[in-house]
Amino acid sequence: MSDGRFGVFGGQFVPETLMPCLIQLSETYEDAREDPAFAEELHELFRHYSGRPTPLYHAERLSRAYGGSKNCRIYLKREDLNHTGAHKINNCLGQALLARRMNKTRIVAETGAGQHGVATATVAALFDMSCTIYMGELDIERQHPNVLRMKLLGAEIVPVSSGSRTLKDATNETIRDWVTNVRTTHYIIGSTVGPHPYPTIVRNLQSIIGDEARRQIVQVEERLPDALIACVGGGSNSIGLFYPFLEDEDVRMYGVEAGGSEQGHSAALGEGTPGVLHGSLSYLLQTEDGQVKSAHSIAAGLDYPGVGPEHSQLKDSGRVAYYSVTDKEALSAFQDLSRLEGIIPALESSHALAFAKQYLSDSRSKPGEVILINLSGRGDKDVESVEKVLNP
Amino acid sequence: MTLDEHTKALRDSGRKALVAFLTAGYPDERTFVEMVKAASRAGCDVIEIGIPFSDPIADGPIIQESSTKALEQGITLKRCIELAKELSSEITPPLVFMSYINPILRMGIDRFAKDADSAGVRGVIVADVPLEESEEVRSVVSEFGLTYIDLLAPTSSDDRIDTIASGANGFIYLVSVTGVTGANSPEASDVTRFVERVREKTELPLYVGFGIASASQARSACESADGVIIGSALIKMARSVEASEAPEKIETFLRQVRGAIDEVADSATPVENPERTE
Repeated sequence: MSDGRFGVFGGQFVPETLMPCLIQLSETYEDAREDPAFAEELHELFRHYSGRPTPLYHAERLSRAYGGSKNCRIYLKREDLNHTGAHKINNCLGQALLARRMNKTRIVAETGAGQHGVATATVAALFDMSCTIYMGELDIERQHPNVLRMKLLGAEIVPVSSGSRTLKDATNETIRDWVTNVRTTHYIIGSTVGPHPYPTIVRNLQSIIGDEARRQIVQVEERLPDALIACVGGGSNSIGLFYPFLEDEDVRMYGVEAGGSEQGHSAALGEGTPGVLHGSLSYLLQTEDGQVKSAHSIAAGLDYPGVGPEHSQLKDSGRVAYYSVTDKEALSAFQDLSRLEGIIPALESSHALAFAKQYLSDSRSKPGEVILINLSGRGDKDVESVEKVLNP
Repeated sequence: MTLDEHTKALRDSGRKALVAFLTAGYPDERTFVEMVKAASRAGCDVIEIGIPFSDPIADGPIIQESSTKALEQGITLKRCIELAKELSSEITPPLVFMSYINPILRMGIDRFAKDADSAGVRGVIVADVPLEESEEVRSVVSEFGLTYIDLLAPTSSDDRIDTIASGANGFIYLVSVTGVTGANSPEASDVTRFVERVREKTELPLYVGFGIASASQARSACESADGVIIGSALIKMARSVEASEAPEKIETFLRQVRGAIDEVADSATPVENPERTE
């Protein structure tokens, strides 16, 4: 059994052609972690380029609207205020530094909502690397503003027409490109998925979210939060928030999957079974015969039939509770935050907000709780498709 | 005869191996069965049956499309095993399954190996299982008398080649190009160099696959390798004609390839396997 397991989950289920490259990536990452110059350069980029630390914002009007008489306090970790508009840049900056250490001159990536694609195209511009982004045709339609941004940033966008024409299929195509061009090309995977060492590298880079949030909440509240809430597609923003709190037994954690609509859902943890997709063993939406099912979500970034292997372990151990909310509930939370706080959230992050509403309205929450929600991205990219749903 | 014995016997007799890959259930079940029989008649020594998977990351567009079509018609791993059973009683060349790991895990490795063995299948190749993940599937299929086939790629380091070759059986599948199936054809000199690198580490037969699309490429690969694996080219041919004409079309092509690689074998004096010296 290979390294990089989270309990039974994870592993390196890839063609032999890619194995030497994964070994090189592991070694490069281990070296980088020992090198203070790597941490320093990343910190400088976080601070001066991306705008970290991102604020922790006490959303008082939302707290009143969702918490009623419970007098709870909702805090939003404002990852939407990062450069490029989502947490994805945290991972991309770190991986671009690794690509440079490996002397790779070309970057490939998959994207669903386009947030990871934009973040990847951004770092490729910054580091003067050529960049190809694979995106499902359906996602190109529904996240059009991000397609325009990627083009401006100098990336080549390759539309993917196979399968469900969404994130899963874009990931397949990216892996095929990578297998073909592996000697010159680094694949910046956008979430805590894929073969080892990706789930670990992405988690560690995203843990800056939880590290900051922990310091910030203690500063304001002088205690740890009662509950953490984040949406889960592949699971990078959620693991980034949760990871630094895993040892804090009194902090409850809720991962929110996309419950979709009558057209389907993306709740791999809630409804799936263990299987191998894109290089690792994890919960997966699949048929009795081991074929991967198409997922569905209004949020392109959650529209994925798999999930990161560490989340599978956290589900089985019971450390994190996973729930799902529907497209409709997410859409309603999207409007709530816009109207109540003047913040337009990404449809992905709106799933976390919608769950907070449920959580605060039932007996799972106690009066006076402090709740920390990861607002993983901003919703500018979604305004056109939301308008189409609201005013068809 | 096990696959291991079969491939060694081929090599000892100085015959270059011709391996045909066909996607199970493509373009439809009956035509698939007839194409396998045609490949057998054309002189193939081993037939690889591709198990369709929804997300075949090692495959180029041609095999992807064939998998999608076969799945749309309801092919399952269980049905692939039934088809193999029907075929193994009718043709001589041993059958080898080429799959991705997920359908096998879903069925259960034990049940898969047991049923494949009962169906007369002799070997298993798993495209997305590298050495690091191979222990369980390798040991289970071997327990049932099936040969587990390893792959090597041009990117494999000398150390990996050494480790993988020393635990390999049957033949080693040399992925001739860094890429997916059927995309690019390899440079002849690169194939020779790659075969020579692996030859230093093992006496096992070495079969070259990925991107072999013509009789002349097959002949050129067989100058150094012990055999060739042809897949995408066959699927592409089947796709270009009516289903009823596909078996004959691939049979004609495979006979040409057979002739071409037999010429290489005839012109070479059979040499004793060099003893490994370390």
